[in-house]
Amino acid sequence: MKLFKNILDSVKPHFEEGGKFEKLHPVYDGFATFLFTPGHTSHSGAHVRDAIDLKRTMITVVMAMVPALLFGMWNAGNLHYTALGLAETMTFGDKFLWGAMRIVPMLIVSYGVGLGVEFIFCIIKKHSIQEGYLVSGMLIPLIMPIDIPLWMVAVSVIFAVVIGKEVFGGTGMNILNPALTARAFAFFAYPTYMSGDKVWINTSADAGQSVVDGFSGATVLGSYATGGDVQYSVWDMFMGFIPGSIGETSTVAILIGAAILLYTGIASWRIMLSGVIGALAMGYLFNAFAPHAISPEQQSFMSLPGWQHLIMGGFAFGIVFMATDPVSAAQTNRGKWIYGFLVGFFAIMIRVFNPAYPEGIMMAILFMNVMAPLIDHYVIQANINKRKKRLATVKAA
Amino acid sequence: MSEVIKIKKGVDIKLQGEAEKIFATADTPSTYALKPSDFPGIRMKLKVKEGDEVLAGDPIFFDKGRPAITFGSPVSGEIAEVVRGEKRRILEVRVLADKEIRYRDFGSADPASLKRDEVKGKILDAGMWPLVKQRPYNIVANPDRVPRDIWVSCFDSAPLAPDADFVVHGQEAEFKTGIKALMQLTDGKVHLGLDGRTNPSEAFKVEEAVMHRFTGPHPAGNPGVQMHAVAPVNKGETVWTVGLQDVIMIGRLFMSGQFQAQRSVALAGAQVSKPRYYKALIGANVKSILEGNVAAENNRYISGNILTGTQIPSEGYLSYYDNQITVMPEGGEDQFFGWMAPNFNKFSISRALFNWMMPNKRLNLDANLNGEERAFVVTGEYEKVFPFDIYPVQLLKSIMVKDIEAMENLGIYEVAEEDMALCEVVCTSKIPVQETLREGLDIMLDELGD
Repeated sequence: MKLFKNILDSVKPHFEEGGKFEKLHPVYDGFATFLFTPGHTSHSGAHVRDAIDLKRTMITVVMAMVPALLFGMWNAGNLHYTALGLAETMTFGDKFLWGAMRIVPMLIVSYGVGLGVEFIFCIIKKHSIQEGYLVSGMLIPLIMPIDIPLWMVAVSVIFAVVIGKEVFGGTGMNILNPALTARAFAFFAYPTYMSGDKVWINTSADAGQSVVDGFSGATVLGSYATGGDVQYSVWDMFMGFIPGSIGETSTVAILIGAAILLYTGIASWRIMLSGVIGALAMGYLFNAFAPHAISPEQQSFMSLPGWQHLIMGGFAFGIVFMATDPVSAAQTNRGKWIYGFLVGFFAIMIRVFNPAYPEGIMMAILFMNVMAPLIDHYVIQANINKRKKRLATVKAA
Repeated sequence: MSEVIKIKKGVDIKLQGEAEKIFATADTPSTYALKPSDFPGIRMKLKVKEGDEVLAGDPIFFDKGRPAITFGSPVSGEIAEVVRGEKRRILEVRVLADKEIRYRDFGSADPASLKRDEVKGKILDAGMWPLVKQRPYNIVANPDRVPRDIWVSCFDSAPLAPDADFVVHGQEAEFKTGIKALMQLTDGKVHLGLDGRTNPSEAFKVEEAVMHRFTGPHPAGNPGVQMHAVAPVNKGETVWTVGLQDVIMIGRLFMSGQFQAQRSVALAGAQVSKPRYYKALIGANVKSILEGNVAAENNRYISGNILTGTQIPSEGYLSYYDNQITVMPEGGEDQFFGWMAPNFNKFSISRALFNWMMPNKRLNLDANLNGEERAFVVTGEYEKVFPFDIYPVQLLKSIMVKDIEAMENLGIYEVAEEDMALCEVVCTSKIPVQETLREGLDIMLDELGD
């Protein structure tokens, strides 16, 4: 601890005004404040301040994602060996290691490239490094398919940080969720790597191995959308033994994360709860209209019990970790109810009605990100009108 | 008894060093000071120069915009020094006090028998008008207006604040006379906001005044919160607020004809070895009170409470409206991986830290920001401690972009800095909330006048 302090103090002059690396001051500042919460004291207003800061907030969210990440590593390995017919012979450790070997490089690329871009912007704009990317950097690999090439991750990250965030002014100013911006970019730029039934399970076989007969790599949503047979049970879906983006499959792991976020109060319970209500509302509405569906595929999807939508695809992951991003969500408490409900509602609607985009939650959240300021506007306008009405009654009296 | 109004939002910050309900004595300070910074929105003009002799109640300065408002000297003596800062702005006017205070006589009278202008004139003449403040803007009241109501909060819910019953004990007559005087100043009512957790002291049972009882965490004791719950301030309306001990001072003026600027001041905080109450005058030098009573080095001395008070040197002066001196550790140490540490000894309303395990522990907090200033990121946290039907973040944003219409629409007339102090405390992004709000109030005042 003393050692770190001494190192920081000894290099500090180089990064101050007039020093050799004056321009790199934001980078120095980023590292210094990472190691030591600076002892700044209050100079105006209240003399004591809450112990929470943005770093703590962000790290709590990252911690909440760890169960989903670890499960994703095991699941990727498990599915890989299942495809090769080796699931029985491989140990838990083998499977986990196989997944980790592919997912850890994605994490490194995501954080390395993303933070690199952030550092460059901070140096150009001369503001201190903000913590927003700590969460985005973790989210991006978790919502990608296992087989996506690393360079695509890098390109998506650059797009997300530059266009999704920095052009608006950095953390706190963005309109769209940066991680979903990355996924949407990859989805439209490289559709063959982001959809279909080949990308979710790695089937690369070593010498002497081969893919088992009758194997299908389709996701549950993909199967429903194309009218194919669903090979997985409800239990599989809930536990997460299914193909899908790395972090999204296990509802259990996501629920652990949700519990952390809700207990600490970091994420809005209003958004999560109303999101689930919205999804159930749409799901059961579909059930009611299922007999009137225009095609048999659609009919089978519409008659799926409403609650099953909650454990399929990316819904749970999206509503827990992405819809609750405070910057891109609605900011008023009443607005959060409306926003969350519509995210859930649209996610299921897109999923069922549009076979081209079986993953509706991404579209639903991005769409509602754009709509959130409008929702807030009307919520606040209602408050303003109430105040004006009060004034009018006082004047009339 | 009237119904108890429950204030649900807010938080009590539990601190060590509550003042014991005993009066301690300290040497009478030799110097006193008035600080123009205690009165936002006022352009000060000096009435005296160094070396002048004044009696208690003689004007030291007046408001250039509203010359009727003068600021009376709390003691008699000689103007010792006018301390100026940048651009010759006056920081302090110091008075070297006589051993025995000599008072200017303004004549005693029963306020009930006086007309409105006579009551007002007497308070103005005695240089005591600044004790009366107004909403909107939280400034010294404009004496040319007739307020809709006058609001007196009879308890202080801020951390380590003086106990109202203890303070008012023995001054019941003064309080009642003060309330009677205030009744002459409004066509509406004088409202008393009482602590709903206890039976109100006999002193507060004043006929004709309207009593309201409040329970709940801080800021339940703020007059702004109380009037918002009962009858919010609308555009164009004015409500005056007077502090509990300031009512007593006004009462004393009518009973004795003198500006007797005595307050009961709580000396509190974890760094104080014997936290007690003291009798002190407005603007008193705090050195004699603090001497030998402060435990450690590297302290922060605050006139007022930890939420809204002003930092003063250990030989500084009590601010005009303050009934409390708080001494807390300054802090200022870097914390190794502070964002990851459990931080048991810090305050937080968030459960992302682990102090939720000990909700009743009394803390010894320092002045560390515990983070760096950021843009607004986290939402919904101000709303937990802000008991107004107002959107606090949106109001602050409208101030930051200086949008006058939006500020008005979003309810800036109803709030004072103290009402938003807790928002500043809990802010993850460490936004300077009170400073921003003051800026907004000043902009409105400049544009629209009082």
